[in-house]
Amino acid sequence: MAETTLAPPEVQAETLLDSNELVLNMGPQHPSTHGVLRVILKLDGETVLGTDCVIGYLHRGVEKIAENRTFQQFAPYVDRMDYVAAVSNGLGYCMAVERLLDVEVPPRAQAVRVILTEINRIASHLLWLGTHALDIGAITPVFLCFREREEALKIFENYCGARLTTHAFRIGGLQYETYDTFEKECLDFCDLMEQKLKEYHDLLTGNRIWVRRTKGVGILNAADCKDYGVTGPLIRAAGVEWDLRKAQPYCGYENYDFDIPTAETGDTFDRYMVRMEEMVQSCRIIRQAVDALPEGPIKGKVGKVIKPPPGEAYVSIEAPKGELGYYIVSDGSLNPYRVRVRPPSFVNLGALDKMCRGSLVADVVAIIGTIDIVLGEVDR
Amino acid sequence: MPDTPSSDDKPRPVPRPRPPAAAGADRPVRRPVPKKPAEMPCEPWEGPLPAALQDRFGDSLTRVVLLGGQKLLVADSAEAFEVLSCLKQEHGFDYLVDVTAVHWPDKSEQFEIVWTLYSFSANERVRLKAGLAEGQLAPSVTNLYSSANWLEREVYDMFGIEFKDHPDLRRILMPDEWEGFPLRKEYGIVQQDSDWVRENLKIESAQ
Repeated sequence: MAETTLAPPEVQAETLLDSNELVLNMGPQHPSTHGVLRVILKLDGETVLGTDCVIGYLHRGVEKIAENRTFQQFAPYVDRMDYVAAVSNGLGYCMAVERLLDVEVPPRAQAVRVILTEINRIASHLLWLGTHALDIGAITPVFLCFREREEALKIFENYCGARLTTHAFRIGGLQYETYDTFEKECLDFCDLMEQKLKEYHDLLTGNRIWVRRTKGVGILNAADCKDYGVTGPLIRAAGVEWDLRKAQPYCGYENYDFDIPTAETGDTFDRYMVRMEEMVQSCRIIRQAVDALPEGPIKGKVGKVIKPPPGEAYVSIEAPKGELGYYIVSDGSLNPYRVRVRPPSFVNLGALDKMCRGSLVADVVAIIGTIDIVLGEVDR
Repeated sequence: MPDTPSSDDKPRPVPRPRPPAAAGADRPVRRPVPKKPAEMPCEPWEGPLPAALQDRFGDSLTRVVLLGGQKLLVADSAEAFEVLSCLKQEHGFDYLVDVTAVHWPDKSEQFEIVWTLYSFSANERVRLKAGLAEGQLAPSVTNLYSSANWLEREVYDMFGIEFKDHPDLRRILMPDEWEGFPLRKEYGIVQQDSDWVRENLKIESAQ
């Protein structure tokens, strides 16, 4: 695809003779780039001098598609961006359109939304943990994580029939009422996770190889996080206690009691610990939401034709990867005039160069894993 | 239902006779008047921050409102950089959430650039918009926020808006040799895609 700004071969050969610089291409077909990410590394021996990301291999023009679909028709497309956390994507989109329409979502629908979104957060973190450990060389966790993720996907399947691209929510509330054993399955899943998280800690947290490969690697401090717009577990690992669920609560998150896990240095190990603790906190939220699941309607007052008044709104949620925002402009017709998705993976990946400079080439693999990107969302 | 004979020979149901007309039925039927779409609630945004900004920038801030409850500023594109710089340095908006654009082909200033800012200390979000004519350069905020680098590259890639003093302005999602800017309203996606596929992949596009 896109050629980068490399010098022509004869110039390259000349500079290579003068110095130890080497340009190494990584990806797009590389097992640890989590999809089709191409990173061009400029190396001096084993030290990274600079990187350049080539992205866009999965670009499907989601924002263009939105302009040619009605508000309801576009809803399933958002699941295809971050396909690992499709429920979060759907929640953000539905909330943005509800904001334009000025619709109240009933409490029962909000509680079910919270439960499913938190289960999805755990599923997303499990996939991250498995593949991240695999990249660094620990083979076992990926099998364990996928085993537990399967339980989460079963809940989605029982709820709406789909496992990955769920389209679980509708504008104004929910399409489906929960099924008979929904509450029990959610609580069982929390029990399972709390037990299995101990197992993961036993496997990795004290493991000498794991600690050596992650401590002090890919440090991004709080000031840099803000400068690069990096959000989610990355900024919390750098010591900023900031989570949109607490800072600007939505969907009734203000009713649940949970903590924001943080760490200090902002290296790969800290981000690992933050995400592990986030799974525990998600279990806490799920338990509270299931215990206090209110009765009542599951859909607000939304007509069959969704036609928001002319105007615009920016709504963002705390997706598993960071701040996921939707900026929607309506011109009063059936189709959105413009839908802008503010993807956390794209913005977080922008800090890759900063994190990689000066580290070893083997650590680049760990750093890509720790950012937790999904290329479907980076490229849209 | 189309007026063609159905394949099965079942007699079509005879419509039930209407009930006898009530008194006053000779009056014309009152049809509901189609409702005009409601406007988004928009009220002036008041407080120390908007007052300070209006003092400093005066008429170049054309709108300072709460649109649907969200803080919105509209500025002249010539002053946009100054407003952003003031918001960052004096009012603590230290996180550039997003840079994007909207294309309005019928307006004289075709493009609208939208910056979304957030302040960690005040837990506050502000949106700034500025109009831009075709061919006019937009101010780059890469020296204020590093996150602007990729976000502005995406705006350039999708809309063809060039940013003044951007260190590395090239396409980011589309291939370098791509022609046209996909998120402009006049951009026909099928035609462009077929041409590119034929030329670069040497096959006929499936579209």
